[in-house]
Amino acid sequence: MSSSPYTAMNAVFDAIARQAPVPAARLIKFSRRRFMQTTGIAGGGLMLGFVLKAKPAHATPGALQPNAFLRIDADGILLYAKNPEIGQGVKTSLPMIVAEELDAAWDDVAVEQAPIDAEAYGMQFAGGSTSIPMNWDTLRQAGAAARAMLVAAAAKQLDVPLAELATQDSFVVHAATGRRLAYTALAASAAAFPVPDATALKLKDRRHYRLLGTRVTGIDNGALVRGQPLFGIDQTVPGMKYAVYQKCPAVGGSVASANIDAVRKMPGVRDAFVLEGNGKFAELLPGVAIVADSTWAAIRAKQQLEVEWNLDDAAKDSWSDAEKKAEKLRKFPGEKRVVDDGDVDAAFADAAQSLDAFYAYRFVSHAQLEPQNCTAWWRDGAVELWAPTQTPGSGIRAVAGVLGIDPSKVTVHQARIGGGFGRRLYNDFMTEAAAISRRFGGPIKLQWTREDDMSHDLFRAGGFHQLRASLDEEGRISGWRDHFITFTHDGDRPVSGGDMSRGVFPAGLLANCRIEQTALDWKTPCGAWRAPGSNVFGFVVQSFIHELAAAAGRDHLDVLLEVLGEPRWTGKGDMRSLHTGRAADVIKLAAKKAGWGRSMPEGRGLGLAFYFSHAGHFAEVADVSVDANRKITVHNVTVAADVGPIINLSGAENQVEGSVVDGLSTMLGQSVTFEDGVVQQSNFDSYPILRMPHTPSIDVHFIDSDYHPTGLGEPALPPLAPAVCNAIYAATGERIRTLPISLEGYSV
Amino acid sequence: MLRLNVNGKVREISDAEASTPLLWVLRDELGLTGTKFGCGVSICGACTVLLDGTPIRSCSTVASAASGRNITTIEGLASEDGELTPVQQAWIDLDVAQCGYCQTGQIMGATALLKSNPDPSDEEIDTAMAGNICRCGTYLRIRKAIKQAAADMGESA
Ligand code: FES
Ligand code: FES
Repeated sequence: MSSSPYTAMNAVFDAIARQAPVPAARLIKFSRRRFMQTTGIAGGGLMLGFVLKAKPAHATPGALQPNAFLRIDADGILLYAKNPEIGQGVKTSLPMIVAEELDAAWDDVAVEQAPIDAEAYGMQFAGGSTSIPMNWDTLRQAGAAARAMLVAAAAKQLDVPLAELATQDSFVVHAATGRRLAYTALAASAAAFPVPDATALKLKDRRHYRLLGTRVTGIDNGALVRGQPLFGIDQTVPGMKYAVYQKCPAVGGSVASANIDAVRKMPGVRDAFVLEGNGKFAELLPGVAIVADSTWAAIRAKQQLEVEWNLDDAAKDSWSDAEKKAEKLRKFPGEKRVVDDGDVDAAFADAAQSLDAFYAYRFVSHAQLEPQNCTAWWRDGAVELWAPTQTPGSGIRAVAGVLGIDPSKVTVHQARIGGGFGRRLYNDFMTEAAAISRRFGGPIKLQWTREDDMSHDLFRAGGFHQLRASLDEEGRISGWRDHFITFTHDGDRPVSGGDMSRGVFPAGLLANCRIEQTALDWKTPCGAWRAPGSNVFGFVVQSFIHELAAAAGRDHLDVLLEVLGEPRWTGKGDMRSLHTGRAADVIKLAAKKAGWGRSMPEGRGLGLAFYFSHAGHFAEVADVSVDANRKITVHNVTVAADVGPIINLSGAENQVEGSVVDGLSTMLGQSVTFEDGVVQQSNFDSYPILRMPHTPSIDVHFIDSDYHPTGLGEPALPPLAPAVCNAIYAATGERIRTLPISLEGYSV
Repeated sequence: MLRLNVNGKVREISDAEASTPLLWVLRDELGLTGTKFGCGVSICGACTVLLDGTPIRSCSTVASAASGRNITTIEGLASEDGELTPVQQAWIDLDVAQCGYCQTGQIMGATALLKSNPDPSDEEIDTAMAGNICRCGTYLRIRKAIKQAAADMGESA
């Protein structure tokens, strides 16, 4: 395996995952630079300027198509959804933004998944909760540009000044005479008008929105309830065969020998062969491919496959070893000081009281419900793929790299995705399918089993935190130290999602704060998992702040607000950074809605937590009962959020509800362990997912704020685990410092 | 030769092996890809279809065991002219899905539940649906949609 297993794109997603201080700005710059490279456009201007001028790949004559995001002709209004749909709702919400500025009635609109086309769309991906913030301006301008052209055409046709015309529900309206012209009727003549300069367009005031902020049902819901083919796994092409791929259970192992001849003779099997791979774990690891007439024939043959693995370079990772190492290391200072504000040692020396605590959490899996799959068709030196990928662009480059062909020879059709959570930022299933198709010499659908999926993830890393904090005479937090024991693949950089070096709450808020990091060697790949980093750091720091409040005998709410201090942006001039005033507002709102401070029956408590990630401010209050056998009931979770204006209220609430359920599911009993580099869990029996009977009621409150909108796929998750653990403490006085909580004997 | 009655039509499958689970016959041989593969071992419910009206896990049911019985898949719920059932309509009205991958199994489970119990309580819904995982966590909406469908069916009955 390569010592630097990350591709350039993976580094970008890691940057997203780490939540760099100014992620939006960085990403926009990145995509702009990329765009200029691919189109050869030099010079400045808004990204939108050239996106709107780009000739869409799917242009048709007689249609109004001023940019790649819409097409209006006599038959109707078609909007293109540019990014992969993984359940975060962007196939609906992104076109809604266009429709709002276009003033199209949503019922008149059809939506299609856009082709993968970097020239027309820039970066197309689903990650980092960035689809909304990265596309907000572009999509509003895309709709407004078309609207302006339709109005210009109507003015000419009606021979009235532009100022007398208005638009509503897919019509241009001349109020004075009551005349109405449909967009569909105007489209052909509007197409002759010049596309207006994006920067000159007047965008709607938010108060005039008709569509944004309302509840809109998902654009694919009609097809979903009819069972129509949408997902990667549903794709078929003529003559397609079915493939499975067996890799070494310990990453880095290669095929020494296999009973290939016997497998080839099995019923329905067309071929079986070894792929050497390129050794990169997000690209092509070595293994044995079986191609058969049906998925079942392939799976059956795989069950009979016997492989002797060469384990010389294979992972030897062991969770129990990691625990033992951390147990020793936690008593010492960390290898690196990554944050060192003020004078922590002096604060500790002056402390009225100080507190030590050791927190730990396990590795977890993405466990998206649709197992990895990809359909690939190699012919004439080129390959076509139907892929449920979160990053089609990097998928194209990975496939081209593995096959040694030019990226222009790789075509990707974006499929709907049965759950991503970060797993499908990495495109191993695409490179495998492409390589199998080429070797086999025909179209194949690669299907991973659930067991394949669980043993070959890019896992969310586990970790350990030795914390110390001091309180002054008034019970204020005066110093904070976190020795974070994480993992590294290359002996230097921490794994994806396992790095606190950019500062993690409450760093930046406390005068005296130190974060130290020690990284243990680890070979099994780690990757971005919903709200990377935040999903575990939130648990640690928001639990520990509650411990400190309890030690000081103070109300948790007061301590949290005190840590935040005066309202301000914590990143200077960075509107995507934590704003302490917005944070305080969501905390107060959640507390108020949940009835914070009310007296609770014996064995029942309220727990509060706040977290900021992906530019979203979230506070959550959990209402939890605990019985004598540590069986818990989460009755209710109250969520207050500030993510700026809401695009699709139904989708937004759904994301928050889903994040709460995911957070609960994960903290209750999910744990991936390794011995000799081999994952010990294999299916949902050993890796339980929360089910309906244990789902709490969830109240969601969005603060209607005027800030730039941001994405909702991730930031609601991090506060859930600490809110529940803090509630368990309130109910019982028992502090949980380990996830999942099943390890401490808790169950539902 | 395997003969199956799927969504009211007799389908003949010539080359499926006798041990093939119904799931893969539906998906690979009959092109009915609405039924989904999640775990393959009866834990997640993604592959739920109705066998004579009873929900079963098609990943763990040998196809030959379904011959001579009525199989209903998600593709067979709506009427010939495309009219949706109250369950399907409720799923759209309440915007239940996130990724949508589990929803076939959820809809089939809900359809069977309402057939046997037209007015289920929250607890009865929870019990009936506990075998269906939604990794995206849409359980609250599923429960609500079942109640709406029950109410709609009650009104039209
Ligand atoms: S695929 Fe059949 S129950 Fe999971
Ligand atoms: S909607 Fe994604 S698994 Fe249920």
